[in-house]
Amino acid sequence: MSRATSSTVTLEVTRYRPEEETEPTLQTYEVPLEQDWVVLDALNYIKDRQDGSLSYRWSCRMGVCGSCGMMVNGTPKLTCAAFLTDYAPGPIRVEPLQFFPIMRDLIVDVTDFLSKLKSVKPWIIRDTERPLAEGEYRQTPDELDAYQQFSQCINCMLCYAACPVVGLEPDFIGPASIALAQRYNLDSRDEGARERLDILSTHDGIWGCTFVGECTKVCPKHVDPAGAIQQYKLTSGLDSLKSLLLPWGAK
Amino acid sequence: MDVFSCDVLVVGGGGAGLRAAIAVAETHPRLTVAVISKVYPMRSHTVSAEGGAAAVIKAEDSLDEHAYDTISGGDWLSDQDAVEAFVREAPGEMLQLEHWGCPWSREPDGRVAVRPFGGMKVERTWFAADKTGFHMLHTLFQTSLRYEVIQRYDECFVTKLLVDDGRCQGVVAIELATGKIQAITAKAVILCTGGCGKIFPFTTNANIKNGDGMALAYRAGAALKDMEFVQYHPTGLPFTGILITEATRAEGGWLLNKDGYRYLQDYDLGTPQPTPVLRSMELGPRDRLSQAFVKEQEKGRTLKGPYGEYVHLDIRHLGAEIIDRKLPFVRELCLKYAHLDPVSAMIPVRPVVHYMMGGVHTDIDGATPLPGLYAAGEAACVSLNGSNRLGSNSLTECLVFGARAGKAAGIFAAQQRGPDPSLVAQAHDEQQRLERQFLRKTDGKERIATLRTEMQAIMEESAGIYRTQSTLQEGTQKLESLQERLTRLSIEDHSYTFNTELTAALELSYMLDLAEVIVWSALQRQESRGSHQRTDHPQRDDRQFLAHSVAYRKNGAPRIEYLPVTITRWPPGQRVYGR
Repeated sequence: MSRATSSTVTLEVTRYRPEEETEPTLQTYEVPLEQDWVVLDALNYIKDRQDGSLSYRWSCRMGVCGSCGMMVNGTPKLTCAAFLTDYAPGPIRVEPLQFFPIMRDLIVDVTDFLSKLKSVKPWIIRDTERPLAEGEYRQTPDELDAYQQFSQCINCMLCYAACPVVGLEPDFIGPASIALAQRYNLDSRDEGARERLDILSTHDGIWGCTFVGECTKVCPKHVDPAGAIQQYKLTSGLDSLKSLLLPWGAK
Repeated sequence: MDVFSCDVLVVGGGGAGLRAAIAVAETHPRLTVAVISKVYPMRSHTVSAEGGAAAVIKAEDSLDEHAYDTISGGDWLSDQDAVEAFVREAPGEMLQLEHWGCPWSREPDGRVAVRPFGGMKVERTWFAADKTGFHMLHTLFQTSLRYEVIQRYDECFVTKLLVDDGRCQGVVAIELATGKIQAITAKAVILCTGGCGKIFPFTTNANIKNGDGMALAYRAGAALKDMEFVQYHPTGLPFTGILITEATRAEGGWLLNKDGYRYLQDYDLGTPQPTPVLRSMELGPRDRLSQAFVKEQEKGRTLKGPYGEYVHLDIRHLGAEIIDRKLPFVRELCLKYAHLDPVSAMIPVRPVVHYMMGGVHTDIDGATPLPGLYAAGEAACVSLNGSNRLGSNSLTECLVFGARAGKAAGIFAAQQRGPDPSLVAQAHDEQQRLERQFLRKTDGKERIATLRTEMQAIMEESAGIYRTQSTLQEGTQKLESLQERLTRLSIEDHSYTFNTELTAALELSYMLDLAEVIVWSALQRQESRGSHQRTDHPQRDDRQFLAHSVAYRKNGAPRIEYLPVTITRWPPGQRVYGR
């Protein structure tokens, strides 16, 4: 809990206003290098005092809403959890998440990400619903552990900005969506794995992944999308094999 | 201008909004329902809620215990019919969320586990580790994707409610991506926009918590109820205001002053025991704990840090295993933002603005007196929470009253005819206002951030944990001059693409309206009750103020009237904790 230092640090920030510029450019700002400040605090300092037109998304400032992901010195980061002092003496380059279309300054278009999330049917699928009057589905702590890690994803999209396959193949469904599918597949209350398999066992699904593992490295919530994809490849592979060997549906 | 229409329009995509939308889709499948939100739904502030959600499920608990804890916690200002409906419907709503896949923490036998919370006589807080709000929100959002009938207007900022022929018939909004003004007509509108903690300088609330829905309703002629009641949560991290959940104390954490002394024992909250005792000491209600901090500060027994005075929250004795299993987010937040590990170090904490008990005046179906307008969640005042909300009732409130409002709005919408043609003209007027006041304005001198910072300082000074007539009066005058300066706002950004300076200006204007209502309501309530403590009127005064304040917008000061509190089975009594 120490406070101020007297020095400053330079931020190089992407600016892009589609009505005025044809290409994104970098603009330089000088901000105080405060001990407790994160990159987001520096952006707020700029917006409040130097340049009201700088645009970016943010909300909770505690690493859980997933709004403020950006490239910080070339690495995808939640800017609310990236301390200025870790990048001192600077300069610190702040850019929009790569592999997403840029809309304005640090804001990217996430509509494609949202449709990918939805495509894996991220909800409980059951043949028959248990009536509420019969109480909860029992789920032991071990059964909870089986999927809990994959339920921690905050949809911050850092893994998409880190994934070289996303960069090359825009149709690749991507790490977070596959991890989310696996979150439901591994939930003892769910019976929808087969439905999701049809979506995921395509080239745009799990087979697009070349197992670089960058997604897992950048995840701020320690979800392991790369692990989910590998697990899934195994399931999917076994499944195809079974279909081949037992073509009459004995699954 | 684009004109869209739907039957039921939900403003806000957090816990209450998504629950309301699903309720419409399930109970009125022939109606079209849309959710409009200034952020993508999973960014909503429900995501930050940590500790848990209360509902009676264990055999040793009862609905009456839950009701009594809620009513006494609220210092008898809750409407008891609302409380009774709430406790009755809470277990079903929580089970519904379990069926939708919420990863609730479990007992070894697979049943849902509960934990204790502040002000609670029997443990009844369901939890998903200490990321309960996050898991509830994502469960609701992902489940909502199943319903093709639910349309979404993501990242659209509502600037006005359309009211014609005496009923609310839609909204005007800015599509942030393009700057286009849209009119969305609807037969019923449900406001689920949450609270307005950003009116204050030090808050757990996210940047988006600007009271949009409350201000929209107020400007449309609806009333705001009990706005003087602002909850300070006793344990926020200095500087960031990040919440350290009450669950840390429920699991056995201690609050210590600078001498390492569990000071709550000096404030009629019980005697210290090594393990947590319900409705006692660290598990007292939030208002009393935050007030005790101020008293301790006055005695010079708090610690001094670069970001103000603080005390210690000590959970070291719980050990790493319990902390990792039950409070992993607390550990993560402390490591990241306070640069300490709570397994081996004490956490510095101070009271922090957390929750608005007040909000848009509704009945127990979320209906406001303005036909077609509904509200639920923190944006609404049902009134469940009285003068001090019980910890872990707010998430459940989002579900119970979100669902109730959705069902009621569906019934209302099904009986209405289509939108009045005059609405489009109203929307055009609003478009012109936005152009004139903000986008095309070039002569302003006042910076948004300057006015916002001044407003926040005024609020802390006049409407903080303890209040008195002279500072409240001063507050009203200072806020009036800020309103005047707001007309000279400088907007540097004239772009139509994602103009966040424009939205910040609109949010500031919403917050200033609400700040005035809070201060005027606090000035007129000449008693102390729950979170509203007047040093010049230190006693609760049931003869005059066992009543809800309702504020209506006027030129100048709001007009404040009082409505009776509904008492069913629990006559006003003393709040007793620790004895």
